[in-house]
Amino acid sequence: MSLRHPLARVRGLGSAKEGTGHWVAQRITAVALMPLAVWFLVCAFGLGSYADARAFLAQPLNAVLTAALVFCIFHHAQLGLQVVIEDYVHLRWLEIVLQVVVKFTAFLAGLASLLAIVRIVLGT
Amino acid sequence: MAEFSLPKNSKVQPGKHFAAQGAKRTQVFKIYRWNPDDGANPRTDTYEVDMDACGPMVLDALIKIKNEIDPTLTFRRSCREGICGSCAMNIDGTNTLACTKACADVSGEVRVYPLPHMPVIKDLVPDLTHFYAQYASIKPWLRTQSPTPADRERLQSPDDRKKLDGLYECILCACCSTSCPSYWWNGDRYLGPAILLQAYRWIVDSRDEDTGARLDDLEDPFRLYRCHTIMNCAKTCPKGLNPAKAIAEIKKLMVQRRGL
Repeated sequence: MSLRHPLARVRGLGSAKEGTGHWVAQRITAVALMPLAVWFLVCAFGLGSYADARAFLAQPLNAVLTAALVFCIFHHAQLGLQVVIEDYVHLRWLEIVLQVVVKFTAFLAGLASLLAIVRIVLGT
Repeated sequence: MAEFSLPKNSKVQPGKHFAAQGAKRTQVFKIYRWNPDDGANPRTDTYEVDMDACGPMVLDALIKIKNEIDPTLTFRRSCREGICGSCAMNIDGTNTLACTKACADVSGEVRVYPLPHMPVIKDLVPDLTHFYAQYASIKPWLRTQSPTPADRERLQSPDDRKKLDGLYECILCACCSTSCPSYWWNGDRYLGPAILLQAYRWIVDSRDEDTGARLDDLEDPFRLYRCHTIMNCAKTCPKGLNPAKAIAEIKKLMVQRRGL
């Protein structure tokens, strides 16, 4: 039983004075993903072979849009998973581990995808 | 982790059955019972109520049960006309006010439980201490810097007054907050729909001069941004209000003052 006043518990550590940036970024990446994902899927289904896919990605416009898609996907996924973990995981050490794992995974996967696009564009 | 099943000592057991004597038109009420003093698990007691000798609302039936069938049944009630918010409880799976919910609107037996995910004090009485402390934390009063006018009240145009419609009617019954999954899992830090609607009621009040500080206090990943637009709040509100919209308006103001 705590002898703290309920109001003291509610006021807690005070407001973090942030969260709006996260919220805006999540929505902007979501908006960007709608046309990018549709464009990419339509193009991807039209590709016949591996060579076709490489030739498609080697085009500068296609490479830039695919890079944008990759960035939005992994940024958006990280932002979303962060909220899910904050919502449901209340074991403090597990929450920290999961948040770090999600951030690292999203960052590395995004970086690897971008590197792949760069290599195709440069033809290496 | 969030808990999706009840702890062992909270599992609800079948309870007693109180049959109606010589009634022509009966309705069955299954009511959650828990007594902190007997150490037993919660149970649902079944009461058959003679509806020919009972008022139309669920609260009328609860009062009849307490007066005539089982005086140990404990619940809060006061105004019996939907303005005090005392008799908020979960009826037929939805949080609402027992005094404005008609028994006839429930098909079959009427299941009555306390507001979800709140500590229970006894039977249908939840502990709302934390909820009230959250309300106090938003400092729900007119905060001004300009001196009070000497000879009259602070004026408000009819248009500005209209902005409070859909907000001032909130009676803080806690139906919305206790229907919100986000409030269930993170109610210790998330303020919940009722309190955020009240916060917006002061933010949008043209006479209030502390909007910036109010937004500062709310700008927090948990206090405000745990709202994921689930909309249970708007669906359950017994006064027909839309707390989710008030929360969305707060989020819009947050963006407006910083840019995208």
